[in-house]
Amino acid sequence: MALMASTRREADERSFPLLIYVLIPTMALGLESFVSLHFPLFAMLDLPLMVVIYFAMTLHSPAGSTIGGALMGVAQDALTRQPLGVFGISKAVIGYVAGSLGVRIDTESHGTRLLLTFLFVLLHNAIDWVLVRHLLAEPMIWNWVRELLRALINTLVAVAIFALLDLAKSRE
Amino acid sequence: MESFFSRYKNALVLIAVLVAQLLALAVQVKRPASDSADQRGVTLIRYFVVSVVTPPERWLHNLGRGIRGVWSGYLDLVHVHQEDAELKAKIERLQLEQASLAEDAKQGQRLQHLLDFKQHYIYKTLPAQVIGTSGTDQSRTLFIDKGAKDGLATDMPVVTADGIVGKLKDVFDHKSQVVMISDRTSGVGVTMETTRTRGILKGGTFGELRVINVSPDERIKPGERILTSGGDQIFPRGMPVGTVDRIVPDPDRDPWVDVVIQPAANLSRLEEVLVITNLDETASAQAEKDLAESEAEGAAEQKRASDVLSERLPGRLDAKAPAETNPDTSAENSGENVRLMTPPKPVRPDQYSPDSTPQATELTPGERRAPVLQGTEDIAAPLRKPAAATPASTTTVDAAKGDSSEPGTAAKKSVTATGSTIAPGTKTALPTTGIKPGTGAVSGGASTVGTSATAVKPVKTTNGTVPQSGSVASPAESSRPVTGSASGSTSSASAAGSNAAGTLPKTKVIVDGPIRETRPADSRTAASQPGAAPVKKKGPEIVPDDGSRPPGTEKPAVQKPKPAVQPSGQDSQPAPATPKRGR
Repeated sequence: MALMASTRREADERSFPLLIYVLIPTMALGLESFVSLHFPLFAMLDLPLMVVIYFAMTLHSPAGSTIGGALMGVAQDALTRQPLGVFGISKAVIGYVAGSLGVRIDTESHGTRLLLTFLFVLLHNAIDWVLVRHLLAEPMIWNWVRELLRALINTLVAVAIFALLDLAKSRE
Repeated sequence: MESFFSRYKNALVLIAVLVAQLLALAVQVKRPASDSADQRGVTLIRYFVVSVVTPPERWLHNLGRGIRGVWSGYLDLVHVHQEDAELKAKIERLQLEQASLAEDAKQGQRLQHLLDFKQHYIYKTLPAQVIGTSGTDQSRTLFIDKGAKDGLATDMPVVTADGIVGKLKDVFDHKSQVVMISDRTSGVGVTMETTRTRGILKGGTFGELRVINVSPDERIKPGERILTSGGDQIFPRGMPVGTVDRIVPDPDRDPWVDVVIQPAANLSRLEEVLVITNLDETASAQAEKDLAESEAEGAAEQKRASDVLSERLPGRLDAKAPAETNPDTSAENSGENVRLMTPPKPVRPDQYSPDSTPQATELTPGERRAPVLQGTEDIAAPLRKPAAATPASTTTVDAAKGDSSEPGTAAKKSVTATGSTIAPGTKTALPTTGIKPGTGAVSGGASTVGTSATAVKPVKTTNGTVPQSGSVASPAESSRPVTGSASGSTSSASAAGSNAAGTLPKTKVIVDGPIRETRPADSRTAASQPGAAPVKKKGPEIVPDDGSRPPGTEKPAVQKPKPAVQPSGQDSQPAPATPKRGR
């Protein structure tokens, strides 16, 4: 079964160099900030979310993915004007779910990644919309077409980035 | 207990993280001054993240600038000269416009001062480079490479040459965060240029700009400009914000509408911005200096334009023309460059020229004012040789008495056929003799003797013939040096004497068709007063049109013995050799 992990042992054998855990999230934030300046449509992509999903599904640690997602979200909040915690909460949830699923199913195949990433992006945007709309009481419109399109684009880009990040893996 | 934590470790971590962030959110949202400043802890977090993210961005930005600078400064130089010329022309045009608006601006300042209205003007700005964004379309923020060390502070307005951009929010040492006007959390007081409707500009979910809670007004049309109102105490009043794109109803507030606007500044492609660091109630010294320079440039440009315009006017062409035909002379002497324009005196007057129409009291019904030769008006003729004139022809100078013709009459004065000529280089149209331009008459008394004067324009005698020798130039041509050819006789001496005696000028009008000789000078008066003596007509003398051919085709030597009919009669003097009539 393709969606299931082959063996727990095989999954635990892979890890990343320590520098990758710092460099990749920082690069995601920096690229998101810099490229959006010159290509406004690039803001539709959520590179920090892709990084959270990838590490969560790869590391098979829900707790670590939750904290990592929260830190990543707070850092992303720090670049915006919204209160710290909006992206932090949504990415923490995504990290937890992705990490939990990564323990149970095989996330190495592209099909699985495609489907899960699409769902995670939609879930992330839904949580974000709930927080902003109902917790912060700010006017924010939910547009299904826009959100589906956004999730699809993010998924396609994410699968490509995941393949690149796989090259940085090192077997223990 | 230990097994509980180990068993639900992941879930507990998630709950702890979520609760912590929810508390943090609650604290941040609850703060009343959340719009102005963050808590210290939040600021530290933002500062840490920005300090980590922005240095690579600044490095990348500088690298990109360097590459673009090399490309645009050394490689891509096509059309540079054309653009330079266009920009210079644009600068001149803008300087003129600024000069024209300067007076209005000063008047506005004076009026505002009288009303004690506190108007803030941009006093000092600081250019800054945009080095990054928030990276998400849910928050429209920018990062610039200037901070508190450069004199920036929170809530300073950020603008471009096109319009406003936003305001500073978090200011760090060497970088600052700008909240754009398209952000959801922003708010700008705006007013519409035409309708003067005020409102609050807010950013939408997708970055669109809306003026919210606007009362429905049919006068608000797409394309109307939106300006800052100054009511937010951040942006100076009158800065461009954008233009009205469309009007949509507000779903939450039924009678109200939202005005969606198109921003004046390109908010999606910002690279350089200006931070207004100081606002004052008076314009800066540099602004005053620029304004003064612009005014000087505008005045010089207006002077140049007026000079060019004056040179194109006909009266300006002839420097030797009489002073009254040069309307600019008095202007230059008086030092007035701008004055009411009066139509210049025509060099070649005709019946359409200004002031050529006689008074209505001087007109006679049925009379034709313009000289007619076979139904066509008299036109300029080529130079004639005096050989056509017979030496024995001693016509009397009809206009030699120095009379001045009435305006608009094109009657020609007969000249002496013996060669009353004009000395070479002599101008016959002397303004001191009282001849008005456009009369078509010549002061014969002022003519002097010449030996070889050439007729500049043939004149028609009272009986319709053309003088054969000697001539009088029309005022238009008399202004030029004339080379005449004649037998060398003088003008009629009696003419000068008559002029000196103060004889009223007499104008002869050539009538197209037969002259009704039985018609009294004033038929209406005569009819009403049968017993009264005939009243002498004061109008121009009427002479018949003999149907002479146009000057270019007529035979010069043939003189018809047809006598001219002159109602007044007293002016006619029989000439021994020619039937010409003279005074």
